[in-house]
Amino acid sequence: MKRVALIGMPNTGKSTLFNRLTGAHAKVGNWPGLTVELLSAKILLGNEIVELVDLPGIYDLRAQSADEAVVTTFLAQYRIDLALVVLNASQVERQITLLGQIARPGLPSILVLNMADEAAALGISIDRDRLSADLGMPVCLLSAKYGQGIEQLHASLAAALRKGAGAAPTEATALDEPSLDAAIKASVQIPAHASHALTEKIDRVLLHPWLGVPLFFGVMFLLFQAVFFVGKPIQDAMAWGLTAFRTAVLDPAFAGLPAVLSGLLLDGIYNGLGTVASFVPLIILFFLCMAIVEDTGYLSRAAFLMDALMSRFGLDGRSFVMILMGFGCNVPALMGTRVMRSRGLRLLTMLVIPLSLCSARLQVFLFFIAALFPAAIAPVVLFSLYLMSIASAMLTSLLFKPRFVNSDPFVLEVPPYRFPTLRQMLLSGWREVGHFLRRATRFIVAGVVLVWLLTNFPAGAAPGSAETWAGQIGSFLNPVLSPLGIDPKLTIALIFGFVAKEIVIGSLAVIYAQQGGELMTTMAHQIDWVQAYSFMLFSLIYTPCLSTIATIRTESHSRGFSVLAVVWPLALAWITSFAFYQTARLYWP
Amino acid sequence: MMKTAHPHTLDALRPGESGTILALHTTADLRHRLAALGLRVGKRVRLLRRGRFAGPLHIRVGTTDLMLRVTDACCIQVQRAHG
Repeated sequence: MKRVALIGMPNTGKSTLFNRLTGAHAKVGNWPGLTVELLSAKILLGNEIVELVDLPGIYDLRAQSADEAVVTTFLAQYRIDLALVVLNASQVERQITLLGQIARPGLPSILVLNMADEAAALGISIDRDRLSADLGMPVCLLSAKYGQGIEQLHASLAAALRKGAGAAPTEATALDEPSLDAAIKASVQIPAHASHALTEKIDRVLLHPWLGVPLFFGVMFLLFQAVFFVGKPIQDAMAWGLTAFRTAVLDPAFAGLPAVLSGLLLDGIYNGLGTVASFVPLIILFFLCMAIVEDTGYLSRAAFLMDALMSRFGLDGRSFVMILMGFGCNVPALMGTRVMRSRGLRLLTMLVIPLSLCSARLQVFLFFIAALFPAAIAPVVLFSLYLMSIASAMLTSLLFKPRFVNSDPFVLEVPPYRFPTLRQMLLSGWREVGHFLRRATRFIVAGVVLVWLLTNFPAGAAPGSAETWAGQIGSFLNPVLSPLGIDPKLTIALIFGFVAKEIVIGSLAVIYAQQGGELMTTMAHQIDWVQAYSFMLFSLIYTPCLSTIATIRTESHSRGFSVLAVVWPLALAWITSFAFYQTARLYWP
Repeated sequence: MMKTAHPHTLDALRPGESGTILALHTTADLRHRLAALGLRVGKRVRLLRRGRFAGPLHIRVGTTDLMLRVTDACCIQVQRAHG
């Protein structure tokens, strides 16, 4: 099968083009020799199926960030039959150098000038045929976002693949920098004052010296509110529906099975999966909102606004954006650090991201807050946990700043504001949700089954009692965790929270053999708010989940660092909970 | 006699002012990246705004908007344009 590689600079709409060409069929895959997973898809071009691979966005093949290394290695190790070089049509003047680094005699290439709509709006005119003649390769002018010019690209792709090596630039074509610059000068007319008028107007407000930062936090706060305002009722409805289905259909249907088997299937797997399923609407909404904020270009403004503060903590504006992304899920945020070149900065950012209060932890907190705090102060309690999340991240970076020195220059593009189309939003939202579900279900099914086994065996022990394996582990760890007000049953939940925070509430349901409202009432009788808050603090700070650790391991390529990323938060969690619990107990004995 | 402007570094520009890049005193790696972002000798740069508390600079070069830290802007020498 022939292979087509999509190569381009960041902010050129490369992923949008990939989505446009492949629909939603792309798969994430491992490539031997590469340190990251790549998105690829099989598509029909003309009358043959070809494999389209999306490579990370890069600025310069000679540079040394992790992303650039991936592209260089890929080009060296894997045969490609066609290079699709994607540039931003309104910035082709500066981006054309990348073409010179990739195109070479013998490698069929097509130059794609994306965002033709923006270039036209700026008054930039491009003589496509002349450019194509000068560069010795097909040139496509298109807008992946709105789908204009895609047919022409399809035709060029099919023709180039048919011609094979015949479609490659010949030795006679000069692709050095001066020739490329000359070719652009001859074919591209840029008005003297090409600027995005609307973006300038918006920036005057959103990047305002005094209003910028408060506005940013206001926007983020409203976004979080909106997610929960819309998502919470859906989540409640799903939870209710799943319980109703169990009582009405599953309980009678499984009544004939041996108790052990029906217990495993219903209390273990069904309850566990139900916990995740009811959580999915919130996740979808959250990812959708984050995707919109990201696509509009507001996150790079956030980097601008926060860089001065972050630099005092040894981080930079990008780190702040990653921490924000971490509020959704830590794993994609960790992968986002690949754009950082300085290893010190990258590791320091990777050390603080897991302290971001991710959506899985949020679920645990929502449960505990609903069970143990009056509704009036619930938002304040939740907000205090967000503050603790940021405070622990700041403390961590201050402490480890001297060890992970940031030598990375901070130069970032500030793209014009763009509003994503509905199609784009749904596609990127869908992809994120797919990743999340694959990761989550793997751990949750296994995790909940394990909790069930540990809380129901050895045979003869009363479920959830001190005689079960879980009870024994809880008692064993009791000396360490009782100073934090965490009892043996909560200890079990914490152990499973190490696998994935999504399991915590599910495992409490299994441990107490209760669900939903009943479980909340039981919790309120078993522990008081001081214990609950101490438990939440510990859950917030200690090791986020196995996926995060696995990601840290693969992204850092360092066992020592991965150990640090597990041990330090564990220590910090213990100290924080201990300090809180012992102090609070003095006032609320 | 006409006043000749002295070369400045990029961070000396005031918001709204422009300058032409004379030289980039930096490592090859960063120079490649700056070039890919449009910062090359001979290009005209405009300073749009400065971030609060010694925050980054917001600049425009050609049709591209960029932000960069003052410490990195120091290594870019510009000829301040008048008017």
